[in-house]
Amino acid sequence: MKKTFTILFYGIGGQGVLTASEICALACMNEGFHVKKSEVKGMAQRGGSVESYVRFGKNVYAPLPEDETTDILVCLSTEEYLRMKNQLKATGKDLFSYLDSADKAVGDRKIFINTYILGALSVFLPVKEENWLKALDDKLKKAKEENKQFFLMGRKKAQNDI
Amino acid sequence: MKKREHQQQVFLSGNEAIAFGAWAAGVCFASAYPGTPSTEILETLSKFSELEAQWAVNEKVAYESAFGVCIAGKRALTACKHVGLNVAMDPLMTTVYSGVNAGFVVVVADDPGMHSSQNEQDTRLVASYAKIPLLEPASPSQCYLFIQQAFNISEKFDIPVLLRITTRVSHTKESFYIDRKRENVSKKRDKNPKKYVMIPGHARLRHLDLEKRLLKLEKFSEKTAFNKEEINNTKTGFITSGVSDMYAREVYPDASFLTLGMSFPFPAEKVKNFAKKVKKLYVIEELEPFIENKIKQEGIKVIGKDASWYCGELSPSAVKKIVQLKPNESKTIKARRPLLCAGCPHRPTFYSLKKTGAYITGDIGCYTLGALEPLAALHTQICMGASIPFFEGMGKICKNEKTIAVIGDSTFIHTGINGLISAVYNGAKGVIVIMDNSITAMTGGQQNPATGITLQGKQTKKLSIEAICKALGVDNVDVIDPYHTKAFQELLKVRLKEAKLSVIIARSPCKMIDRTKKSPFQINIEKCKKCGQCLLLDCPAITKQEDIIKIDENLCVGCGLCAQLCKFKAIEQRKKT
Repeated sequence: MKKTFTILFYGIGGQGVLTASEICALACMNEGFHVKKSEVKGMAQRGGSVESYVRFGKNVYAPLPEDETTDILVCLSTEEYLRMKNQLKATGKDLFSYLDSADKAVGDRKIFINTYILGALSVFLPVKEENWLKALDDKLKKAKEENKQFFLMGRKKAQNDI
Repeated sequence: MKKREHQQQVFLSGNEAIAFGAWAAGVCFASAYPGTPSTEILETLSKFSELEAQWAVNEKVAYESAFGVCIAGKRALTACKHVGLNVAMDPLMTTVYSGVNAGFVVVVADDPGMHSSQNEQDTRLVASYAKIPLLEPASPSQCYLFIQQAFNISEKFDIPVLLRITTRVSHTKESFYIDRKRENVSKKRDKNPKKYVMIPGHARLRHLDLEKRLLKLEKFSEKTAFNKEEINNTKTGFITSGVSDMYAREVYPDASFLTLGMSFPFPAEKVKNFAKKVKKLYVIEELEPFIENKIKQEGIKVIGKDASWYCGELSPSAVKKIVQLKPNESKTIKARRPLLCAGCPHRPTFYSLKKTGAYITGDIGCYTLGALEPLAALHTQICMGASIPFFEGMGKICKNEKTIAVIGDSTFIHTGINGLISAVYNGAKGVIVIMDNSITAMTGGQQNPATGITLQGKQTKKLSIEAICKALGVDNVDVIDPYHTKAFQELLKVRLKEAKLSVIIARSPCKMIDRTKKSPFQINIEKCKKCGQCLLLDCPAITKQEDIIKIDENLCVGCGLCAQLCKFKAIEQRKKT
């Protein structure tokens, strides 16, 4: 893989945007890629806009990509979706449609939405399942097994869709 | 980067990398006052048992206790945000004269784009003003290496070193490899009045010596690998520093580069040589034209940037625009409007303060959000600790109009106390509200002397804000929970009428710290008259959608402020199931 690959995670503080981007970054690192991840946190702690870019490849320069060149869009908030949708490149992959299936799959346990979506994302990245599971294991402190279950559920959904 | 033997793979932010590098450099002591984007440096350092890391009351005190360790013979570090360095400028300017014993490094995190700051001053200009060598890492992996070298430079050239980062370096995480080896530097305490007593007779000699040290540093800057040339073609060359280097490489990977990791003292010869090797020379730097002006002073032809680019943060796309000689078009910020959190104790305080109709001088903290509509109950915010002196000054002129100062607990201890002493001494009258949420909240919840807990989470002596106010000679000192809105409003009325100086401590813990949730409130649609009174509280949990006012039960923490204020008793607490 010659070029740098870019994933944009965004949503609202409290939805697990930064946890999801961290797990994705760790999975890419486990796979042997050079990874850079940027974060911008809102001034208000909960309920503010949150965005995070994960960029990986052989050698990543900038923590931010050029405008409108993002390869995969991972939005965790319906309200925020339009805000950064234009960052996706014309041939990019938008995972927004998985938000609805994640919502249904987790029921009222909304804290697992982010890991379900990560599962869907995992299908589109050149990172082995074991490296994703290791990243989940390393990053998460609570409910590891449930998180893995929802991750695998999202992964299966995306695999079936392809 | 390839892994070598004895190396460990890490995924660290720039701030964390500085802490790991400082540990490897054998730093024994670090002190700071929290400030975004620099806060995590000390938080990370606090996890290493081999060194002592602590929160100071402000940046000047942090600088000075760290410098005491340096004179005592151990490597020390202080860290702050750009505006924090303003507070520490006094010791900075003169410790550059005196020089160091063991290595001493000042880490400063600038905030281009003002993600969480009141200005975007460029600390690189401080380097040439204060005559202190300047290092500028462009990524976390460089942070790790640069901080270690910074201590060596400090000792070799007998001078404090400034390591400047920006928000995008502080808060970017990168995967790289580190050695887990720690240096041990230990010197004897330096008892040398000619160096550390800066009376004019000594200082004149130290100034002369400083100029000699700077000449040596200039030679070093010409040779050092911090300033790295990479010739890829002879058509276009970029001179860059900090994260701008990464942005330029992203969009022009085939160009030639001279990356200035050490831009002060300025390596003029190196720049001249590079300029000769390329046909078109650009300089790409964030904020001020610091490098651009230095290049132009050398009579070298270089393409800089439009003055509109002195403002804001760069990005790969911004670099393209600079190269195309386009101006910086101010973009409308599309992010959600920042709000005080649900259950934030500042909300009832501002709600009650607004009813007084007073002019309210404010300070730096989460409560600055009280300036925004619809709360709109804060009318000044310039710098740390300014609320009380502004209040005092205004009181001298607007004698028949109400003025109230508001300041947070941590800001009061930082530089607010000084203003209060002066107000008491000079006979000020009126009301000062200390909004005590019992934490340094805006930077993410750090401890301070009034919490009685250290950076490591250990119990220590607890500062009593009320006792200090009384000791300073304040006439009335009251402590009240601002959620008791009626009692608080009554107290404000009484104190505002008196010709005395009163401090009201509005005390209720930050909701990010006290996470206990009460049963959430709901709106009884049958009773709700849609008057919109509750919406004026600007609570993130209360929204109006298609003419219906709703409370988001996931966000509501059950503070009950809205229910207190609803004239129609339409807001009810959900019974526990």
